[in-house]
Formats: sequence, structure tokens, C-alpha cells
Amino acid sequence: MVDLGQFRAETRQWLSDNAPVGVRGLTLAIGEGNWGGRRATYPNPNMKRWMEVMAARGWTAPEWPAQYSGGGLSKAEAKILREEMAALRLPEPLSGFGLTMIGPVLLQYGTEEQKREHIPKIVCGEIRWCQGYSEPGSGSDLASLQTKAVLHGDHYVINGQKVWTSYANYSDWMFMLVRTDPQAKKQEGITFILLDMTTPGVEAKPIKLISGSSPFCETFLTDVLVPAKNVISRVNDGWTVAKALLNHERTMIAAAFGGGGKKRTMRDWARDYVEFDGERLADDGLRQRIVQYEMDNLAFKLTADRSRDAAKAGRPPGPESSMFKIYGTELNQRRQELLLAITGPQALGWEGAGFTERELTLTRDWLRSRGNSIEGGTSEIQLNIIAKRVLGLPD
Amino acid sequence: MELVLTEDQELLSKTAHDFVRQHSPLSRLRALRDAGDPVGFSPDLWKQMAELGWVGILVPEEYGGAGMGMADFVVVLEALGRTLAPEPFLSTVLLAGQLLAHAGSAAQKEASLPGLAAGERILTVAYQEARSRYDLQRVATKAERQGESWVLSGEKIQVLDGGAVEAFLVSARTAGEANDPNGITLFLVSRDTPGVSVTLQHRVDDRAAALVGLNGVKVSQAQVVGTVDGGYPMLSHVVDRATVGLCAEMLGGMSQIFEMTLEYLKTRVQFGTIIGTFQALKHRAAKLFMEIELARSTVMAAARAVDAGTADFTQLVCLAKARCSDAYVLAANEGVQMHGGIGMTDEHDAGFYLKRARAAEMTFGDASWHRQRWAQLQGY
Repeated sequence: MVDLGQFRAETRQWLSDNAPVGVRGLTLAIGEGNWGGRRATYPNPNMKRWMEVMAARGWTAPEWPAQYSGGGLSKAEAKILREEMAALRLPEPLSGFGLTMIGPVLLQYGTEEQKREHIPKIVCGEIRWCQGYSEPGSGSDLASLQTKAVLHGDHYVINGQKVWTSYANYSDWMFMLVRTDPQAKKQEGITFILLDMTTPGVEAKPIKLISGSSPFCETFLTDVLVPAKNVISRVNDGWTVAKALLNHERTMIAAAFGGGGKKRTMRDWARDYVEFDGERLADDGLRQRIVQYEMDNLAFKLTADRSRDAAKAGRPPGPESSMFKIYGTELNQRRQELLLAITGPQALGWEGAGFTERELTLTRDWLRSRGNSIEGGTSEIQLNIIAKRVLGLPD
Repeated sequence: MELVLTEDQELLSKTAHDFVRQHSPLSRLRALRDAGDPVGFSPDLWKQMAELGWVGILVPEEYGGAGMGMADFVVVLEALGRTLAPEPFLSTVLLAGQLLAHAGSAAQKEASLPGLAAGERILTVAYQEARSRYDLQRVATKAERQGESWVLSGEKIQVLDGGAVEAFLVSARTAGEANDPNGITLFLVSRDTPGVSVTLQHRVDDRAAALVGLNGVKVSQAQVVGTVDGGYPMLSHVVDRATVGLCAEMLGGMSQIFEMTLEYLKTRVQFGTIIGTFQALKHRAAKLFMEIELARSTVMAAARAVDAGTADFTQLVCLAKARCSDAYVLAANEGVQMHGGIGMTDEHDAGFYLKRARAAEMTFGDASWHRQRWAQLQGY
């Protein structure tokens, strides 16, 4: 039994000795963190150094097994590490789909060889991953996907098109779903496979969104050769792996929203833009909306806390986690719309004179947030999941 | 302050749910109603609940209670809420018992709390008036000094379990204007004091309540609970705590009507198919599930804040009551709607939840009232 008090003291000391001064107090918005990879860019030169010292201890992935270069920490130790990092206001040294999605899935379903090849590279931020799930005709109905993989010798030949591939243009590898048995029932002919993005025949093009920019790409696959050993789990068993990964994705998306402890409060915004009648917001309708949002937000945060506490007590979340995806993303949308209402005409800027940087960011964040209830499975799909798998309602 | 049940609380919860299933089905409330029972609950069952330790759960050990916390009590109240058990937990335990435990003199505690914990004494707080709505400081009942005594006059409405109690804790104005939080004093008034009249009220939720008239009721200085003119802060504090208990009852009720509705969706056939296959109904059921989960989190957090006495306690009470009020009303409305015609009949149980949801919503402040309070606490 490790002495947790001693672990805390040593961790605090080590972080204080090793965290570069330039990363302390650095706050990163969603999507601004360090995503690693061969084409990595760093928000600040100290970020790279910070990732390297943390990766050397496996602390970019504190709870992963040490034999694959992870930190090998217990849940309690990892919690202490997070707390001590927060106390020194240290940012996450590394983020991205490797750590949050494909890593956990490889640890669960990968062969020993696959784990040894990929997990250490994820831990040290060498490889950046993207997800090839959706296709132009297969959004919410993911199992209808058509991208074809045909076995030739020890390689699959892949042809098709993926869409909504986040950051495909910056990524080194893709984990993807392909159809390997067109005859089988739609969920049963799908295989989960890993693709090196430098393979000939792979082309990624960014998609522009209504917010003016986008993390998303279309990815075209023409006669792409992928070694058969890159299949995760068994051929035609990809749906099982995909579902496991989607749980990780939804948890990650939900974690990015709601709570929002460090953000400016609604009251801060209101003070800047709306009349106060003494201590009371003069616009009563707006006041009501703010209260409703704040209370819903706290109720959501408490529910997320409850779920985490239950997981710590040995009761990990099941399909009810779809609730966090629905509620978390819709709360974020309500937040953006409320900020728009508070800011008024100053929220209408696209670029240029007469608008502050904060106002321009708000406008684009609002537009971007409309996608929250669509990506990662629409809210309607999540409601179907709850109805079927939590409440047991029939098909 | 973790938001999971401890092993002891899991066990307590199971015991309570088993007891409720066995001894307190909803048919009991229906029978009490049909008989026009003036007491409104089952005194024998109350004694049994006292023997299980539930009645004295919050009472300090030195006065014969268990000295446990709200986080423990809420699991029992939730179980009782599932079948709308009408026993006087709100009046006797959460209001009168807590008020005496917090503000009572040593003599008052000695005289009241052991009997209360044993299930022998039913007490209540008479705080509501015709014009007070949810504001505890809106008190018109007057108490005037007369030598060493006080003389009370006024009328209290919807006094919970008023037909069964042996004494009331009455809020009365001893100074200040009609809406002033200063100048309110609490008096312990025996039901048999001359000038006290009790008229039963029939409420939509079949809970026993009464109009209590105070016509020149003479009480002694020893019957003042807490300090003269200083009753409001204590009453407000105890009502906040009691609100958390009420929220737990509401959580039980909304969970039960939701589960009944789900069962119906899984079995009722229309257009040749089970209605639970319709997406319009599935999505509404899934949304209700989420609302109830969120309500549960707020009740657990508020109960833990009561026990820890944390600074955000009042804010969490507002949150829990607002969310439980909305969620219970929604679960009950949707329950009746999804049951269709049968849900509107008196023969079916759904209506009892519909009625209780509204009554509970309008006890200790509705959702809108608590949201206003939240805004004031947050400074806008």
C-alpha cells in the first residue's frame, strides 16, 4: 500500500521542480491544448518541454500500465496528481483522441503486439490520431457505412469516403470502420482497423462550417493498402469495438462542456452589457433565463460528480452516460445563446472594427456550438439509446 | 462530501423500501381517504416507524433519538414518498422537532423530544396565513404582552396534521410591520388552550391539514421558543432543512409514477403495437429519466450540505426544491397523459401522484419562488 500522503508530497515537489515556468497559469480553450503528433505546433515553446518531462514518467496517461510506458498509477494517485497539477495551475501536457479514445480501446481489445506498437507513441505524443467513422450517407445511422475493405493476401484494399474526420489534415493515423462483409446484417459486416495516413491513396480536405472554420475534414480513400494485422479485435466484429469507443467519445465531449468553473460568470457578462437596477438585473426576462441556466448547470455538474463518485465506489457508468452527452452539449448551446442575448448587438460581429476580440469569439463559439448536439451522435440518437438500453423500451 | 450512498445508507434504504412495500402500499392512503379519516394517517404504523428509529432519526441521542443526519433521513423519506405515505414526518419530525431541537430551551426539549422520538407526541408548526403565500416573514397573527403573559390572535391555514397534534409552534408578530423579518416570535401552544380552534381542511392531496384559529389565546413566557422578536431566522433555517426532506419525498414520488408509466409503455397495445415503440413517447420517457436523475443529484447534494453546514447550503436548497418541483409535476403530468383515459380515473393510482406533486410543489415555495431567491443570493 502506497502512502498517499507521501505520494502527494513527492508529486508536489516533482511538479514544482520540473514544470517549466512558462506553462504555469496557462489556460487553454477547448481544442487549444497540445495534441502532439509529427506535425505538432505548440501554443508556447515550454509546452513541448512540459509534455516531454511528463511523458517520460508516463504522466500524460497516469492510469495506463507502466509496461506500455503509462504512469501505472492507481485511481487515488491519479486523482492526487490532478489535484496537485490544478494547485500549480498546470495545463494538461497532452490531449487528443489517442489518450481519450483509441488508447483505452487498444488496452481493452488490442493484441500484445498492437499495444506495444501504439500505446507508447500515444503516451509520448509522437502520433496524433483521428477517427474515421461517419460517411456522407452514414451519420446517425452509422451502421449503414459503405467504405469497402477487400482482403488481398495479407493486406486490405480500402475504397470509400469518410466525413467529419476531426483534424484528419493534422493526423498521423486514423482508427476507422470499414465494411468487410457486404452480405452480413449491417452491424455484423464491419471491421475496426488502423490506417497510417501517409499511405498512398489517402486524401484529407478541411470542411468549412458556419462558424467560419472547422476541425473537420472529408477523407477520400482510393485503393488504400492496409496490413491485415492492423485489424483490432476480430474481422467483422468492429461494431463491438466501435460502441466501446463511442462511450469514451461521449464522456470526453460531455467533460468538455458544463461545469465551467473558470469561465466568466453570467453575472460578469451581464454587468458589462445590461442595465442593473441597483443590485437587480433590470431585464426580468433575462434574469429568469440566467437563473434557469445557472441552476440547470449546477444540477448537471452535481450529476456528473455523482457519476464519478459512483465510479470510484466501483459502479462505473453504463448507457446512462448518454445523458451527459445530451444534457452537457445542450447546456453549452444554451450558454452560448444566453451570452448572445446578454451581449446584444455587440454579438453580431464577424470581424474588424467596433467589436472586441471576446465578442468576436463569442459569435463564432455560438455558431460552433450548434454542432454539439449533432456530432458524436445526435441528441435524438442518445434519447433512443436511453429509451432502449436504460429504460428497456421495445424497438 | 461524496454523492454516493454509504453501505449503512444502502442498508437503510433497502429496509425502508421493503417496509413500504409490505406495510404502506398506496391503497392505504386511498382507504384513509375513502373513510374520511380525521387523523389522516395510521397511528399504529407511526408507532412501528418510531420503533424502527425513523421518527427519532434526527433527534439528538440525549433526547432518545438516533442523532443521525439528513443524508441518512432522505433515503427513508424517499421510500415513503414512493407510496405517498401520509405519516406526519414533515410536521412532527422535520418542522416541530427540528425547531425545538435548534431553538428550544432545555426544559422544552426535555418535555417534547423524547416523546416525539418515541412516536407518542405529534407536533407541528403553524406558519402559513391566508396572505403569506411562501414568505415566512409575512405574519399578521399578533402576540401582545399582558403582564407576564402573551395573548395571541389570528388565523393559520393549512396547518399540517393539525387534526392530530397535541401542540403547535405558532409564528406571531411581536413587533414590526406586516412583512418585516424582525419582530416575529415563536410560541409553543397546546391544542387544548382556551381560544384555540381547529377546523379540518380537505386538501386535494388528502393530507391532513387544519385551519387553526387563535382568539385571545393566553400563553406564558416559558412557551416562547427561542428569543422574542428573533423567530424568523430560526424558522427560515428549519424550513430550509425541512425542504430538503420534502424534496426526498418528492423524489420517491416522481420515481414511482415514472416507473409505473414505463411499465404501462411496455405493455399497452394500440394500433396493434406496444406504445413504447413510438419514438415520440420514447423521447419523452428518456427526458423524464434525465430530469429525475438531475433531481436526485440535487437532493443528495442538499442533504449533505445540511449535515456539513456548508456556506452554499441555502443555494442548494433552492436548487433542489426548484428542480424537484418541476420534475415531479412533469413526471405526474406525463404519467397521466401517457396512461391515457385510465390515468384520469379515480380508480387508477396516477391521479394521487398528480395531486401530491402540486401540493408538494406549493409547500415551502414553488420553483419560481426558489429561482427568485437564487438570483438574490447570486447578486443579480
